[in-house]
Amino acid sequence: MPAIKSLEELKRVREEALAKKQMKATPGHIQVIVAMGTCGIAAGARDTMKSILNFIEAEKLSGVTVTQTGCMGMCEQEPIVQVIVGDSAKVTYGKVNPEVASQIMKQHVQLGMPLKDHVLPI
Amino acid sequence: MPFYRSHILVCADPECLAKGAHDVVDALQDELVAQGLLDEIQVLETSRIGSCSDGPEMMVYPEGVHYVGMTADDVPFLVEEHFLKGRIVEKFREVHKAIVDEELGPLRPKEVRVVLRNCGEIDPMNIEDYLAVDGYQALGKVIGEMTPGQVIDEVTKSGLRGRGGAGFPAGRKWGLTRQVPGDIKYMVCNADEGDPGAFMNRRVLEGDPHSVIEGMIIGAYAVGASYGYIYCRAEYPLAVETLIVAIAQAREFGFLGNNILGTDFNFDLEVRVGAGAFVCGEETALMASIMGQRGEPRPRPPFPSVKGVWGKPSNNNNVETYANVPQIILKGADWYASMGTERSKGTKTFAVGGNVAKPGLIEVPMGITLREIIFDVAGGIKDGRTYKAVQTGGPMGGCLTEEHLDLPLDYEALTQAGSMMGSGGLVVMDDTSCMVDIARFFMDFTQAESCGKCTPCRVGTRRILELLQKICDGKGEHGDIEKLEELCHEVAKNSLCGLGQGAPNPVLSTLKHFRHEYEAHVYEKKCPAKVCRNLIHFEIQSPTCTGCMVCARNCPVEAISGERRQAHTIDINKCIRCGICMQVCNFNAVSVLS
Repeated sequence: MPAIKSLEELKRVREEALAKKQMKATPGHIQVIVAMGTCGIAAGARDTMKSILNFIEAEKLSGVTVTQTGCMGMCEQEPIVQVIVGDSAKVTYGKVNPEVASQIMKQHVQLGMPLKDHVLPI
Repeated sequence: MPFYRSHILVCADPECLAKGAHDVVDALQDELVAQGLLDEIQVLETSRIGSCSDGPEMMVYPEGVHYVGMTADDVPFLVEEHFLKGRIVEKFREVHKAIVDEELGPLRPKEVRVVLRNCGEIDPMNIEDYLAVDGYQALGKVIGEMTPGQVIDEVTKSGLRGRGGAGFPAGRKWGLTRQVPGDIKYMVCNADEGDPGAFMNRRVLEGDPHSVIEGMIIGAYAVGASYGYIYCRAEYPLAVETLIVAIAQAREFGFLGNNILGTDFNFDLEVRVGAGAFVCGEETALMASIMGQRGEPRPRPPFPSVKGVWGKPSNNNNVETYANVPQIILKGADWYASMGTERSKGTKTFAVGGNVAKPGLIEVPMGITLREIIFDVAGGIKDGRTYKAVQTGGPMGGCLTEEHLDLPLDYEALTQAGSMMGSGGLVVMDDTSCMVDIARFFMDFTQAESCGKCTPCRVGTRRILELLQKICDGKGEHGDIEKLEELCHEVAKNSLCGLGQGAPNPVLSTLKHFRHEYEAHVYEKKCPAKVCRNLIHFEIQSPTCTGCMVCARNCPVEAISGERRQAHTIDINKCIRCGICMQVCNFNAVSVLS
């Protein structure tokens, strides 16, 4: 990426980044976001992340992106995983151990129905 | 892999199983085989769907229909209606309940996210996420449309005050640094965050590092700095890693380095890692550490704005102060000044800990009361206990009581009440906290962190700690409380830096509001909150004790004796007052007395 050398370029880069972000939130595409701040990692977020990635590999899922984010301030609820299916509202789950992560992948991501347990109201 | 046109998820939670879920599954399999549908419809067992009390239950996809209360006998009818005729069977259908747990309510009422707006919303390791939410647009506006003087005016007008704890107006500090003549100036970011229990800065550094970087670049443009240091404590390895990646990405995109955005403005940054010293959160000690010297504060003047890192004019601000800057530039000083009180503008992050129902990190507008923070935002005191006190400002702050609950969050208001804003640690205490023990805890910390350079702090904090320990151990004598008070005043007045000056605050404020607890410890040898080990003893209440022997088995020093099904007793000579018996007793038969 060559360095940005003008304000016009800066605006263009922003438009491109925004477009990329909006593309992720289209029907047929699912985003899975794992909180990987220190609190999350202390609560086991790395194992949760592994469980999610293993599931995707085993089931050969496509159209799913997995990204990470920082601490959300509800450290007691870590590990936290968020799922956005297409352009529908984000669903946030708390206390997601590897087992719960598999359930989320199976039920919410693969079959399209959010879990009722573990949901955090934000 | 067979393509299923429908999935049936049957709840196999213990409660549903007890109500016959497996029979339902078997009946489903049999019926699907009988109807020749086994290749089209998959039956799966799943975990708790939600209405186990009405169970067994199942979800059918892709329609998303929730059936409850079915038995194996109902299955043939269901299969025929739903899967052969395509009709949902209403009589088994469960009305869809809202996903939001109404008991919890909205997680954080009254929060306003400015500094924390992106934390948890973006991938901190991807600069494009930051760009998509207007990242670096403030820098563009500053470089394209504003002079350094105008930037300083805007930040001054916003009323932004240093978020590290001292609350010095940020705009004024930038102005002072700008005024000093010199070609080489430094921007410094204090990311040492040493207060126990404080992690506001950590969240920003790990979750939205670019907001800090952008703030520093804007500041550098304003004061005329060409290089910067982010001094991050070593206890935050993830934050250090995130910063290093973010700086590299910012450099790649041309926001750091030479000729930023095509102008002749140059600025670059590096991360310096601390080494575990609380005192390096003090700006002159921090700068000494950056220069490879032992982290020790020095007298001021000269202030760092005039003579800081490598003897050059240096502007030091806290992580949170910088993180506010891009938003102030984009949305304007008036927007920022519209929040808060007359003298304390904007928002503040807090790490609320202690005995509250919803501990964690919050961001609230200045001017909100302590009562609102503790009872509205943090959910009140947990386990139904009573509020006793709140410590604000970390180990340098003071305790505030019931009478201060309606105090607005404001730098001056908190200082006048005997505490301080600090960097944002808020520890809430209930009636199970001993205030003398709390003072001892904080003094233990500050004494260990004293750098040793000046005598009042080096010797004074140690003597204060010894006196507190003596009182907590039940050895307090007449005159000790008065001696403690005098010592605290001397140390506060004569120490070189904020550590020594502030260390006696927890002691002085607890003495002011809870003197009766100190007196009980010294004169009656009692600990009213039943915490100080030497002043308490445990007793088993005979009528309540069932003789189950659980406490005796768990006692680490075998101090409990008793026959099975007979009331047990504790030998107070052997008892080390660890409290394990009280924790493991299922009948609340163990009491603690003082």
